[in-house]
Amino acid sequence: MKHLLTTEGIDPAQATAILDTAASLKQALEGREVRKLPTLRGRTVITVFYENSTRTRVSFEIAGKWMSADVVNVSSSGSSVGKGESLRDTALTLAAAGADCVIVRHPASGAAHRLAGWLREAGTSVVNAGDGMHEHPTQALLDAATLRERLGELRGRRIAIVGDVLHSRVARSNVHLLTALGADVTLVAPPTLLPTGVASWPVTVSHELDAELPSLDAVMLLRVQAERMHGGFFPSAREYSIAYGLSERRLKLLPEHAVVLHPGPMLRGMEIASAVADSPRAAITDQVRNGVHVRMAVLYHLLAHEEETA
Amino acid sequence: MNPLILRGVRPYGEGDPVDVLVRDGVIAAIGSVAEEGAEVVDGNGAVLLPGFVDLHTHLREPGREDTETIATGSAAAALGGYTAVFAMANTNPVADNEVVVAHVARRGREVGLVDVHPVGAVTVGLEGVKLAELGTMAKAGVRVFSDDGHCVHDPLIMRRALEYSKALDVVVAQHAEEPRLTVGAQAHEGEQASRLGLQGWPAAAEESIVTRDCLLALHAGARLHVCHVSTTGTADVLRWAKARGTEVSAEVTPHHLLLTDERLATYDPVNKVNPPLRTAADVEVLRRALAEGVIDCVATDHAPHAVQDKDCEWSAARPGMLGLQTALSIVVETMVRTGLLDWRGVARVMSERPAEIAGLPDQGRPIEVGEPATLTLVDPDATWTVRGAEFASIAANTPFEGMELPGAVVATLLRGRVTARGGRIAE
Ligand SMILES: [Zn+2]
Repeated sequence: MKHLLTTEGIDPAQATAILDTAASLKQALEGREVRKLPTLRGRTVITVFYENSTRTRVSFEIAGKWMSADVVNVSSSGSSVGKGESLRDTALTLAAAGADCVIVRHPASGAAHRLAGWLREAGTSVVNAGDGMHEHPTQALLDAATLRERLGELRGRRIAIVGDVLHSRVARSNVHLLTALGADVTLVAPPTLLPTGVASWPVTVSHELDAELPSLDAVMLLRVQAERMHGGFFPSAREYSIAYGLSERRLKLLPEHAVVLHPGPMLRGMEIASAVADSPRAAITDQVRNGVHVRMAVLYHLLAHEEETA
Repeated sequence: MNPLILRGVRPYGEGDPVDVLVRDGVIAAIGSVAEEGAEVVDGNGAVLLPGFVDLHTHLREPGREDTETIATGSAAAALGGYTAVFAMANTNPVADNEVVVAHVARRGREVGLVDVHPVGAVTVGLEGVKLAELGTMAKAGVRVFSDDGHCVHDPLIMRRALEYSKALDVVVAQHAEEPRLTVGAQAHEGEQASRLGLQGWPAAAEESIVTRDCLLALHAGARLHVCHVSTTGTADVLRWAKARGTEVSAEVTPHHLLLTDERLATYDPVNKVNPPLRTAADVEVLRRALAEGVIDCVATDHAPHAVQDKDCEWSAARPGMLGLQTALSIVVETMVRTGLLDWRGVARVMSERPAEIAGLPDQGRPIEVGEPATLTLVDPDATWTVRGAEFASIAANTPFEGMELPGAVVATLLRGRVTARGGRIAE
């Protein structure tokens, strides 16, 4: 594996290998006082974030550090990134500075793909940490890791993804990955928040959350960004909450074993009732914890694994 | 100017090769001709067509001379077989007054490779709010008005523009894009854009404006021209409007006749254009609509851009691609080789209809004795490989880079004078 840009077309064996690595890393580090493995010593990992996301950036940073890589952060304020330098020039600078891996978050869909193209000659790996409305593959991997912990094998499991699928890179990456791993995915959203051509996706579509809940093994809520409320995608936060929010009443409709996921940050009271978010059924803090191990596994497969097998 | 003989050429690709004698800028004889001291262009059976007319060219001067000038764009046009181009008004400053349009026309004459006709803006600053001085610009020779790049979206302004233009005998050319439906749009709204996470540009944003404008044009009794038709629905609307007697004409670009949104998979902005590349089904419908005359003509939407405006992330890239030097070959590939058009049909869509739409009296004329020798000679059997860097344009943003294309321009004549020959600008 050279880059991780997307989960579309991902080889299920490859995905499983990453998830297995993440699980064994988690086990190896559990209870340790010094959580540091020497695997990526001497390797340089640079995070370039054109969009603020403390959550994702810190997760990658810790993952790199626990693998003993040298981790450098570039964020959009106060750097050339914020001064209008082109993405291409930034890419060439990072390559010249000796980056082994660039982790990029960017508001433009496809930015990570373009970056990988510009870095081809330098041989630098690229991890897509979220590009516009396109994909966020490590989020999907950490979601899958969390679901595997709670549910075991994902084959045949019924998972609903609820909310703003249209603008959600998390939803896209999860649809590709979860279906590749054999899960049955249902998208639950109003028609305004579903992408054109969703009928050709390997999913089923529903507008009725209540009807889906009793047969689900997991429900994954998506963020509803504030600007959508003014874009006419739905009439009001209240109506959204009534139709698609995961209330305490709805939690009771779910089977006993079912898991609740949310990529954060959460809009408590609208997307998810506070009591649901804090219930043991919710795996939201597990997602954050698994995020570090999954990202360690991704860096391992990109930067260390290949040399061993080559 | 010495007389010229085009030896062994086939007007409209029909019949046995003949000689065409050009004297004093007009066709003096067709048949077997001999003329002392005449320069000879050996045709080897090449197809002779009236010179091409492009209703939709962005020459970027004034304002972005780093990407194209009237001189370089004229050279690209002549090499592409064009003898007249319409330079769009979205320059900087905008061509919304007689000073700018007069400047563009004068520079065009100084360069002298093609007739450069400035397009005047419909509204001041292309802002869609206040009508530009259409009458003053028409007096300065403007035949076509357009806010291209922007849609004249206010229905009242569009109505007034159509009504007002009637007295001037000019045409209003609309870039049909309902702006509220394309906020943030990056690609054709469909499966491909959904997959790539690119905000959609729905076909209905074009079709709703074209429908509205056809109704307004019919109501006003005015002439409307629809720029770069890209969807199946627009073709349907045009068919319906024409059947009702609307004076509407329409153009399609070469790239919309060939390329689809499948090309977006790499996120390479060389494929970014406005309106966006549509689906294979749309391409099929557009080809047929052009063959049937529902769409009147081909126009390039030649849009040069600097490297930094294209070699970037998709959403930051400017829309547009070069078109002048590849248009003929794309028409050969999509319309001639598919049997949808013969060479007379090519003459119709690339020369005669655009000249009629813009009201040019001496372009798109029949190949007959006494007519202006404004001609394009085409080798239908030639193939060539596209190299953007070798184009006469300053910019090199062609989506056809590296493609092998059929059909090549052998020579271009403007009123008897050779402007381009063998792939080079004539001295
Ligand atoms: Zn346009």
